[in-house]
Amino acid sequence: MNTVVAENISKSYNKIPALNNINFSVDKGEIFGFIGPDGAGKTSLFRILVTLLLPDEGKASVVGLDVVKDYKKIRKQVGYMPGKFSLYQDLTVEENLTFFATIFSTTIEENYHLIKDIYSQIEPFKDRRAGALSGGMKQKLALSCALIHKPEVLFLDEPTTGVDAVSRKEFWEMLKSLKSAGITIVVSTPYMDEASLCDRVALIQNGNILKIDKPEMITANFGKKLLALRSSNIHKLLSDLGNYQYCDSVFPFGQYVHYTAKENQMNEGELEKYLLSSGHEHLEMKMIEPNIEDCFMSLMNQTA
Amino acid sequence: MKTREPIITVSHLFKKFGSFTANDDLNFTVYKGEIFGFLGANGAGKTTAIKILCGLSKPTSGEATIAGFDVYTQTNQIKNSIGYMSQKFSLYEDLTVYENIRFFGGIYGMTRKHIKEKTEQLLNKLGLQDSAKKLIKDLPLGWRQKLAFSIALVHDPKIVFLDEPTGGVDPITRRQFWNQIYEAAAEGVTVFVTTHYMDEAEYCDRVSIMVDGRIAALDTPQNLKDTFHAESMNEVFIKLARNAVNNE
Repeated sequence: MNTVVAENISKSYNKIPALNNINFSVDKGEIFGFIGPDGAGKTSLFRILVTLLLPDEGKASVVGLDVVKDYKKIRKQVGYMPGKFSLYQDLTVEENLTFFATIFSTTIEENYHLIKDIYSQIEPFKDRRAGALSGGMKQKLALSCALIHKPEVLFLDEPTTGVDAVSRKEFWEMLKSLKSAGITIVVSTPYMDEASLCDRVALIQNGNILKIDKPEMITANFGKKLLALRSSNIHKLLSDLGNYQYCDSVFPFGQYVHYTAKENQMNEGELEKYLLSSGHEHLEMKMIEPNIEDCFMSLMNQTA
Repeated sequence: MKTREPIITVSHLFKKFGSFTANDDLNFTVYKGEIFGFLGANGAGKTTAIKILCGLSKPTSGEATIAGFDVYTQTNQIKNSIGYMSQKFSLYEDLTVYENIRFFGGIYGMTRKHIKEKTEQLLNKLGLQDSAKKLIKDLPLGWRQKLAFSIALVHDPKIVFLDEPTGGVDPITRRQFWNQIYEAAAEGVTVFVTTHYMDEAEYCDRVSIMVDGRIAALDTPQNLKDTFHAESMNEVFIKLARNAVNNE
């Protein structure tokens, strides 16, 4: 059964389109990621799915219920963690959690097993006001509050934005254990490297879905050879490659530059000769497998 | 271009809040024209250190100079010598492009004539001549970011502090932004940058990684990867930061 289904969803604000004919479905028990920059439409889409915003066009259902007609029922069955911290800053950690449990007619004890791994990390601070928590602890409390009524589906809008690499890694480990508890997770992120942690992802940009697939299938379908290069002068390398007649795309990636050639024009020998004659020293070239960011930029260029 | 001329010097710098030591004996030098990455987990003490370097907070003990000015006694001169941009605060959304430039130029004490010249230069360079009268909130995020960076440089500061400048933008815009950073550094501006994107750490000339208030490592990205036997800066970061006490 599909836990979340969206069909031809569109939404505009004052005639400025935010979502353009969005279609996708999420299977039960899946971690489904929306990967895209700010302004892609991720938050609008999440707000429609958790019944906080009406679509202009199209239909969507969550656990088989319609997001417009059955909004009251949906609210009992989904957990939502908005991008902006929206717990009560003046209530303590424990008061916030009790509040959300009470609203859903349950208790912390009843569903403690679900939140135990996460909540136990902040339980030593349960008498501290939420407003006085550090960023990582707020994130854990928000996730606990979104889980306390044992939802079927979790919607997490950019839970890892602005969070350091270590905390991000821990957060994704928590999501994995929730998945094994049978919860369907829909999550959004601007960090391309988090795509590989999802079962399937939708790449989204300017209100359009560029691609939906398993992350490994997206990279497998890149469709071009990808060359990583470096030399003692990366800036010159970037501009020399950009001026090369067979160049299709060239982007910096850390200490390397990623290069693709126009259709069937990848000739490493010729390229090496060209770069050496341009005066590059310590030139290094190797064929590599693309990552999600390579694919995202390639898809952006195709649609632009 | 990186030189050997020190522009930021920090020596035995401590900052304590009660019994908590946020900055614990920091020592480093940043050189003119360098792109210096300042990394650390949330809670490692980066913001505390940046506030001191920008002249907004005084150390508990130790020495630091910014563009030759002392962080205890010459904070106004420091503020005139630096530019600052973060993702959270950059431009006024309800002012136009032109009004923002005039506002920040005015704050830095530039003359009207100088502001006018700079405005033309800046808009030409960014190709935004037709957008001078547009409100910031009507510009796409990528443009806002490029403009915010240019405005942080409008008074020709010696150093520009970038606090997570690229959060949330698409990968192509992010790279265009780094190109702007390179250009500024090539013209001799020192760039002091924090980021959570570890691939961006590799664009820096040198990177320091803070853990629990101390600088746990400081070197070129390549040397850090070699030292920690890591494939990427992400791996270096995780190896250093995962055992931290204060990383929440």
